[in-house]
Amino acid sequence: MKFGTQIFALSLFTFAALVAAGFGVDEPFRQHMWVLFFVLLGFVFILLRNTNFEVPAPIDPSAYMDGPIRYGAIATMFWGVIGMTVGVVIALQLAYPDLNIQPWFNFGRLRPLHTSGVVFAFGGNALLCTSLYVVQRTCRARLFGGDLAWFVFWGYQLFIVMAATGYLLGITESREYAEPEWYVDIWLTIVWVAYLILFLGTILKRKEPHIYVANWFYLSFIVTIAMLHVINNLSMPASFLGSKSYSAFSGVQDALTQWWYGHNAVGFFLTAGFLGMMYYFVPKQANRPVYSYRLSIIHFWAIIFLYIWAGPHHLHYTALPDWAQTLGMVFSIMLWMPSWGGMINGLMTLSGAWDKLRTDPIIRMMVMAIAFYGMSTFEGPMMSIKSVNSLSHYTDWTIGHVHSGALGWVGMISFGAIYFMVPKLWNRERLYSLRLVTWHFWLATLGIVVYAAVMWVSGVMQGLMWREYDEQGFLVYSFAETVAAMHPYYVMRALGGAMYLAGALIMAWNIAMTILGYQRQEEPMPGTLPVLQPAE
Amino acid sequence: MSDEHIDEISGVSTTGHEWDGIRELNNPLPRWWVWTFYITVVWAIGYTIAYPAWPLLHSSTKGVLGYSSRNEVKNELAAAEVAKGKYVAAVEAKTVAEIAADDTLREFAAAAGGAAFKVNCVQCHGSGAQGSAGFPNLNDDDWLWGGKAEQIQQTITHGIRFATDPDTRLSEMPAFSDIITADQIAQVSAYIASLSGKVHDASQIEPGAKVFAENCVACHGDNAKGNKELGGPDLTDAIWLYGSGETAIAAQVRAPKQGVMPAWGVRLGETRVKELAVYVHSLGGGE
Repeated sequence: MKFGTQIFALSLFTFAALVAAGFGVDEPFRQHMWVLFFVLLGFVFILLRNTNFEVPAPIDPSAYMDGPIRYGAIATMFWGVIGMTVGVVIALQLAYPDLNIQPWFNFGRLRPLHTSGVVFAFGGNALLCTSLYVVQRTCRARLFGGDLAWFVFWGYQLFIVMAATGYLLGITESREYAEPEWYVDIWLTIVWVAYLILFLGTILKRKEPHIYVANWFYLSFIVTIAMLHVINNLSMPASFLGSKSYSAFSGVQDALTQWWYGHNAVGFFLTAGFLGMMYYFVPKQANRPVYSYRLSIIHFWAIIFLYIWAGPHHLHYTALPDWAQTLGMVFSIMLWMPSWGGMINGLMTLSGAWDKLRTDPIIRMMVMAIAFYGMSTFEGPMMSIKSVNSLSHYTDWTIGHVHSGALGWVGMISFGAIYFMVPKLWNRERLYSLRLVTWHFWLATLGIVVYAAVMWVSGVMQGLMWREYDEQGFLVYSFAETVAAMHPYYVMRALGGAMYLAGALIMAWNIAMTILGYQRQEEPMPGTLPVLQPAE
Repeated sequence: MSDEHIDEISGVSTTGHEWDGIRELNNPLPRWWVWTFYITVVWAIGYTIAYPAWPLLHSSTKGVLGYSSRNEVKNELAAAEVAKGKYVAAVEAKTVAEIAADDTLREFAAAAGGAAFKVNCVQCHGSGAQGSAGFPNLNDDDWLWGGKAEQIQQTITHGIRFATDPDTRLSEMPAFSDIITADQIAQVSAYIASLSGKVHDASQIEPGAKVFAENCVACHGDNAKGNKELGGPDLTDAIWLYGSGETAIAAQVRAPKQGVMPAWGVRLGETRVKELAVYVHSLGGGE
């Protein structure tokens, strides 16, 4: 029977969710288990409708397994649009507090929905599907473990749904970027270990003698996130049928664990993982060799070794001992060049193909991504310097920094990779429209520039207002006055975010039409001349 | 797969490997990149020698500069205390009237009071001390309990209707719905509205004046100009704490709202209260 085991196991879990919904010790937990129950029930129904008793066709072990990758590309777009929409909503909530709708849609609950939505749902799915795409092609091997990839894909989507609905119900561990409670954390751990086995297993059965650099980065991301996630979320549930748990750490140790996690989520999720993406899709799209093999080795190991120590720079001038602050800062400074190694290798890979910038909006998108990567990996070490940090910390400058990395680097390189993959995954000759990619490129770029510039100005202003003393030695501004001064910048920031979202919506349309098999009749990009490809 | 291969465009040899069509050039590390990296490492080592950095079993290296962020804060706070010390001592020693008379001291106390006002008072009185419905405007010259610096100091120190302070300012207007008839409330409201020039039904004013004389003059005075000893508001001006017009006045006569202000003396100390009194007094309405 097709899906027999899956239907049986899912039914058991569905029943367990029903029991937990009935016997849960607190209301949010019972509500959350009802959500889980209905989600799993839906899954069971879908599987039951698609089951049959035919003997399955034998799988060609030499063919790549692209089913989960196709789903992953769609999931990336789906969660991307949701996460960015929530981002625009909370930006507007900051500018117009009346938009807070109690209790489910207030800023406190929507903010983690936005951060987790774009980082883990959008970025996570982008990493998941591109890593499985890249590892098969650069290892010339089908994914390891049969249907394991399907478990990883659907398991990860379940994690996203449970995390997101938990936030809206008010369930949180209050650990930034790790808000889901203990039972969702345990589920993610299971899924993540399966992902590691899937990825590592595929590398082990590779038919290439060497492991390609993109796979080093992907693997370091998977391994390190497993370690960060498990240690940061060590906690004791107050009840095994309740939504509350207590962290294993307290006080400054808790803060340091949190920022060791938080900073390396940036380092290994948003940097190393997406560098892996860059190392495959940029040379493919540009059709040029990677600039320097030696640089890729040196900057890989330098990043891996240095990044993990930089977390304490999030806790400058706090209860954290001075020695830890010092180390966090100097490791961040030393991280500057290793980070830039990736930028050099990405940009220089285009040498000999720079003319494509005029004709290929996907290459343009990737170059913009690398440029923002370079910008934010310079800004980061600079902001970790204690005297700079004393101005920038707690201000919107930090928010601007994060978004130039997230929108500029993570978003743009993911868009480029999806634009590259989708026609190949669905066997389409080309995208529905290249001109829409150009629209997306300009909307996204202008959106980021507006966002980052506005947050620089408002962040520096905020920091200066907080520390402004009169000649008598008294603070000049109250906190509320600094908030009032932020209002026009909050409005402009929402505008920048909305432009970026508009670009993503255009992309979703373009991708959907490509998948459906349409090709828009349009004039070729200016400067494009039909060139005969030399036979290789 | 390790075939020798030269990239045609750059003329650089590749490493000989190929993955899904991707090759890697054998370019050396950019020199500027290597040297900048070395410089940051050398700088990092130097910095960790200068500042507390390397963890030991129970402590850490202290750094040759002897820096400590806790000492830095302590010293900066101490320096700020010293800089203000002379003035703070003077504020402590003098009465608010004396402070207000001394130009230098008044300027200092008003700055200190302004900073304290932004932290403690703006929540009710507004960031410009402009007040709002139920919370008095402190910029005008209409004072419930008196606008002299000492009177303001007294109000801030002990609060208004603040139950736990025995010396708090206390006034309690009775709910007149239990004392006079609804007609009388309408009449007296019309009369009071007429005092600030808002007349709707002239026939109500005369009986209203009679009701007023019988019930209200004890606190609000014969001429309705109020009584600051008792906290009775002036009813002849255009400033209304709970809204102007007959309807709002009638509501207040029937069942008065009574605002509460906390006693700040215990929380902020005498000196800070004096500074606040000087600041509020300086806003423009001080008597």
